[in-house]
This record gives sequence, C-alpha cells and structure tokens, in this order.
Amino acid sequence: MADGEKVVPERDFPLELPEFKCGAMEGLEPFKAAPEHNEALGFPGELVPDWKEKAIAYMGELAKKNRAFQVYLDMCVKCGACTDKCHYYLGTGDPKNMPVARQDLLRSVYRRYHTFAGKYFPWLVGARDLTEDVLKEWYSYYHQCSECRRCSVFCPYGIDTAEITMAARDILDHVGIGMKYSNEIIGKVHKVGNNLGLPAKALKATLEDLEEDIEDDTGVSVRLPLDEKGADILLVTPSADFFAEPHIDGLIGYAKVFHETGASWTLSSYASEAANFGLFIGSYENMREVSLRIRKAAEDLGVKRIIFGECGHAWRVAYSFLNTLAGPFDFLDPNYPVPQHILEYTWDAIQKGKLRFDKSKNDHYKMTYHDSCNVARASRMGDEPGGQFEIPRNVIKAVCNYYYEMPEETTRESTLCCGGGGGLLTDDLMDLRIKGASPRMTALKQVTEDHGVTHMAAICAICKTQFSKVMPKYGYEMDSIVSVHQLVSNAIILTGQETEEDDADGAKAEE
Amino acid sequence: MLGTIYALLFYVATLLLVVGLVRKIWIYARTPAPLKIPTTPAPTTLGGVILRMFMEVVFFQSLFKSNKWIWALGWMFHMSMWLVLLRHFRYFQQHVWWIVELAQPFGTYAGFTMLIGLAGLLARRFLVNRVRYISAPSDYLMLALLLLIVLSGLSMRWVAHTDIIMVKNYMTGLLRFQIGDLPADFNLLLHLTLVAILMIVFPISKLLHVPGVFFSPSRNQVDNAREKRHLAPWAAELEK
Ligand code: HEM
Ligand code: SF4
Ligand code: SF4
Repeated sequence: MADGEKVVPERDFPLELPEFKCGAMEGLEPFKAAPEHNEALGFPGELVPDWKEKAIAYMGELAKKNRAFQVYLDMCVKCGACTDKCHYYLGTGDPKNMPVARQDLLRSVYRRYHTFAGKYFPWLVGARDLTEDVLKEWYSYYHQCSECRRCSVFCPYGIDTAEITMAARDILDHVGIGMKYSNEIIGKVHKVGNNLGLPAKALKATLEDLEEDIEDDTGVSVRLPLDEKGADILLVTPSADFFAEPHIDGLIGYAKVFHETGASWTLSSYASEAANFGLFIGSYENMREVSLRIRKAAEDLGVKRIIFGECGHAWRVAYSFLNTLAGPFDFLDPNYPVPQHILEYTWDAIQKGKLRFDKSKNDHYKMTYHDSCNVARASRMGDEPGGQFEIPRNVIKAVCNYYYEMPEETTRESTLCCGGGGGLLTDDLMDLRIKGASPRMTALKQVTEDHGVTHMAAICAICKTQFSKVMPKYGYEMDSIVSVHQLVSNAIILTGQETEEDDADGAKAEE
Repeated sequence: MLGTIYALLFYVATLLLVVGLVRKIWIYARTPAPLKIPTTPAPTTLGGVILRMFMEVVFFQSLFKSNKWIWALGWMFHMSMWLVLLRHFRYFQQHVWWIVELAQPFGTYAGFTMLIGLAGLLARRFLVNRVRYISAPSDYLMLALLLLIVLSGLSMRWVAHTDIIMVKNYMTGLLRFQIGDLPADFNLLLHLTLVAILMIVFPISKLLHVPGVFFSPSRNQVDNAREKRHLAPWAAELEK
C-alpha cells in the first residue's frame, strides 16, 4: 500500500456488516470556511452570538418551507430498514453513520423545540437540547453523508437522509458555520463562473491546446468553440473536464461526437461550470443564483438547446431543478427537452447511425459501469423511467467489446456511492473517503475476480476524481476509472481520420 | 358511573385524534415541496404515482427490497390489524356490513398473527444492535401498548368472555350520544383504556407515518421536471 497510515477496510462480497465501532468517526471535521467565504454566500461570517435561538427558529422556518423536512422528521418509525444501507456506515462501523441515526442527530433537537412530545416528554422520545456540542456533532456527521439517497430507496416511506443533511448544513450556514470546500467553491462560481476560478482567457487557451491535441492524434480538425454567438447548442460541463484526468478525455469525446454529427455548438465562459454546489449546502438561493448563469449564457449566446456534460449532481440539478430554478425555457427550441444529457445526444446519434466505431480500440479495457448516485436516484435520461441506467450502458456496449456488470445489489438504483459526493471531495476528509469507497471497491473486486474487469466507467466528475484518488489504495491503477465519452472517443472513427491501416500503408509506401 | 367515565374518555380521545390528524394533514398538504425530489426511477404520470403509492401502502414494496425480516413481521402485523379493525365494526353497527361479515372468520385469528408480528418486531428492537441503537423508550412503549391491546383483546375472545351484547349496546349508544352501562370486567376496561391512549397519542407520535406516507415527496411526485415547471409559492417570490 502506497500510504500506510490510512486503514483500508477489507471486506468480502456479499457486503458484510461491520462490527459496531461507536465513536470511530467522532470529531472528524472538514476545514471551516473563512468569514469572507460565508459572507459571499449571504451567511454570517462567524458563529453568531444568538446562534441557539437562530438555529431553532430557522429549523421552524424550514419545516414551513419544505414539506420533506417536516414529514421526514415526523414519520420515521425507527424500523431499522435503512440502518445497513449507507456506505459510510459499512465503511466505518460508526453507528452515527447509519442513516436513521444521522437523521436523529437533528430530529432529536427538532422534537425538543417544535413538537408536543419533545417539549413535554423529551426523555420519552429521545429529544435533547441544542448545545454547542450538538452543533459540533452536526458539523461532523452531516459532513459524513454524501447525500447519495441510497437510504431513501430502501426506506418504506422514502425518507431521504440527504434532505436532512442539506437542511442541517443550511442551518449551520445560517448561524455562521460554513464548510470551506463547498462555500469557497460556490463563491468562485458566483464571481468567475466556475469551480476552479478559471478565467475566460485561460479557458480559451486550454481549449485551443485540446484542439491541437486532437488534430495531432487524428489528423482531423475538431473544434472546441467558446462563446460563439448563434450556435445551436450550449454545452455546460463540469470545469474538471477542462483539466483533470480522466475527465478531459470525456470532453474530447463530446467534441468528436458533435463534430461527427455536424452540430453547431459552443461552450460559455460565463457559465463554464455544470457543477452546482448550492445543492450540497442545501441552499435554494445559492443553487438558483448558479443556475441563472446558465440561463443568461443561453440567452446571450442565442442558442436553441442546452446540453450537459458528464456530471452526477450537476445532472440532478439540471434535470430535476433547472426548470424550477431558472425556467421557463420557452426561448429554446421546444423540440428538445431542456436540458439534455450528452449521453442522450450521443445515444440518439448512435441509433440514427450517424457515428461509426472501431470497437477493438477499447479491447484493452475490460469494462464495468458505476452508476453515479445523483444520476441513478435523482434524475432520468430519455423517455422511460430507468433510462438513466440503460442509456450509458447502451453507449458503452456500442463502443466496447468487453462489458460486465457488478453485483446487482450495488448497481442501478441500489448503486453505492463513490465515497466523495455531496461536497466531501476534499483532502481533509480523505480518511472518510477511503473508507466510504470500500463497499464499491468490494463489488468491483468481485467482477475483477469473476471476469478480469480492469476498468470502470463513470459519468460524474466527482466519481472520477474520487476514484482516481482512492482506487490505488485498493490495488487498482489510478487510471482504472474512465469517462464514458473517453470510450466513445477511443472508438469513434472520424470522417477523414487517418486510421492505423492508412498509417501502415503510408509507412510501406515510404520504404 | 363506569359508563360515564369511559364515555368521557372516548369522546375526548376521538376529538383529539380527529382534530390532531386533520390539523397535521392540513399542514402537510399546505407545506410546499420546493423542488422535484422523487426517488428515481419514478413514474412519469399521475397514474404511475398512484400505483407506486398503492404498492408501498398495501405491500410495503420498498421495505420488501430492503429487509425481508422487517417486511415479514411488519406486513403481518399491519394486515392482521386491518382485519381485526374491520371485525370491530360489528360492535358499532346494528346492521353489520357484508364486508365485516366476510372478515369475521379471518379476523378472529388475525389477532394471533398480529401478536406474532408485534412480538417479532419487539424482539428485533432488543436483539438487533442496530435497531436497539436507534430505539427511544417511546419506540418500545408503542409496541408494548399495541401488544397489550392485542393480548387483552384475545383474552376476552378465548379466555375470559365479557358480555359482548352489553358492550355493543354501549358503543352504539355512544354513537347516538346515549351513555349506557359497561360490564365491569378487568380485561375489557384495560382493552378500552389502552385503545383510548393509542387514539390520543396517534397525532403526536410516529404513528404520523399513516398520513405522512402519502405526503412523502420522494414517493408521491411525478417525474416530469423537464416537461412541467414546478414552483413553490415562496420560491416564486424570489423571481419578483
Ligand atoms: C396507511 C397505513 C399504514 C401503512 C402504509 C403503514 C406502514 C408501516 C411500515 C412500512 C412500517 C415499518 C415496518 C414495520 O416495522 O412494521 C410501519 C411500522 C409501524 N406501524 Fe404502520 N402503517 C400503517 C398504519 C398503521 C396504523 C393504523 C398503526 C397503528 C396503530 C400502525 C402502527 C405501526 C407501528 C407501531 C410501527 C412500528 C413497528 C416497530 O416498532 O417496529 N401503522 N408501518
Ligand atoms: S444519503 Fe447516502 S451518505 Fe447520506 S445517510 Fe443516506 S446512504 Fe448515507
Ligand atoms: S427505513 Fe425509514 S422509517 Fe425505517 S428507520 Fe430508516 S428512516 Fe426510519
């Protein structure tokens, strides 16, 4: 193991339940945001003196504004069905990482101040006072939830711990306790337009470099246009696609598909980010502000359609919320859903026979596919429920010869989180990220043993970054995680492309 | 005397149950869900949502996917309870509905399956450390309350019979606001007291899962976010 200090939980399939390790993850805290980062999002910079009253009052406000919050806090019967469903519980054994126990950290306080039973019989219903220790506990354990919704699938009432986590983070933000990673990033989007703080000039240069790379590689000039007014399609993609591996290979894939289908498209420097961390901190207002950038870019550029690149939570916000947050989109072409996913676009082109592939280009990969939580459990692709599972698989199978499924209880709606979602993709939470990835890694090991699987594809920027970091801890290469459009990019035959046979012929002619 | 005390108890309990539940349902119905959050794959039509809800309420579909033990015990308990409740209608009706007649033979034995279900759930609470960890005193007490109701009920049916004609006259009388007499049997009085307690705690306890399940946004929303704009009234204010 490269780095010996982190303990990697070993586990067999089917997923075994861990022994209880009470307090195992107690006190784990991601870095807190600096005052200016909180203030930039409209929150108090530091812990306000009347935090207790504020927090209690805001809790009451949330119950009025959000039915999920109120109903979920009221109706849990403590049946225990969700207790073994969270990858962080499976990976850490800390009982406070069981979904219902995580909800109870907040429910116990909500009950104390906002319900009859909790006000008059707190000991009976497990209600407790709000104290500074409780705030600490919230900050710790509500940053050990990736808002993946796996628990919601298995709860008889669909109680979604992610909603409670978001609410808890929102309450913390409202009393002046923000998380550095998420809040800093949201601030950058408000200011510059993307998570990286990458200015338009640098973006332009990056895209030009990529165009050169593609031409060197294929001999075909494939464009990556930026801010082109009058283009048909606005592509909004996570900014990781501009610089990180394997994300960037996915971006090249989108460009090749657009090229082959003859699409007129553009990226925008104003809305150069698909990710929307406003979701992670449960802030409707911040999520809305980030989404409105996309609307403005679409209006300014005069496009007809909006397409999103590969990103999990971004697709949730796009598919499920964009119409709410930044709609209505009646200025776009009504013949296409708003927004569309790049995979919907590519799959449609494949079905219409517009793309040609040489599948053998991916023969060095034995593939499996990781369903990203937010795509799987919080959105859809295509016209049918479950299209979010079929369309990525269809595309992979169209471009790869070797494809195998991981065990059923870990895919599709039951998929296991990568361990880095929900705003936890920060180095200060690395220990949690490694442990949280262990159930997924266990399932992957199973298909590696059974079928010799070497690579896993994903369609989420966070999954890709997280896996490239943690897979080495589990004995895989860091490039064992690939973009789906990277596979498309490998196999696609561009019109006029120099193929290997051409090369060989050319070489012979020269002899 | 006894008749008057219990009449009062039941009038108060009924009032608290009805007012409490109507109030909660009213609040749930009026509280907006600001965003589309169905757990997907979700139905794309209202008909589909009704079917999904039906499968959840009648068969506990999601619970079946997650844990066969809880499902088996919980489903047995709930379905038996409905049969038992249905059977109880005969104590409130002069002319018994055919459906109540139909349930009669099953209802008699449903008491036992309800008992098994409840006892199993209670055992899990003690024995499974994950469930023990998340249980508050009220969680044990709720099961104990239901168990005692079932046991006192079963004892009247199988061990120490009470004067059931007299009970029926008393109950039908209450419906017409006429207070009669009750047999002074320990089992009966225990049974009635516990039922009244159940009615009173219903709207202030986790029994709110009964109305709640129908208002859960992750289960009752149609997956049509791209086609139809969903906007909460308070969110619409932000656009002004
Ligand atoms: C719409 C009707 C109802 C539905 C869909 C429903 C559904 C459920 C489900 C899925 C559970 C979790 C599994 C279990 O532990 O059994 C549960 C638990 C429970 N239900 Fe219901 N229920 C309904 C009505 C009722 C009623 C009328 C009562 C009450 C008297 C009741 C009392 C309980 C109790 C006490 C539990 C907790 C069991 C435990 O402690 O383990 N339910 N219900
Ligand atoms: S949303 Fe995911 S991470 Fe959070 S408690 Fe549920 S299963 Fe765990
Ligand atoms: S499955 Fe749902 S009802 Fe059961 S304990 Fe978990 S959150 Fe509560």
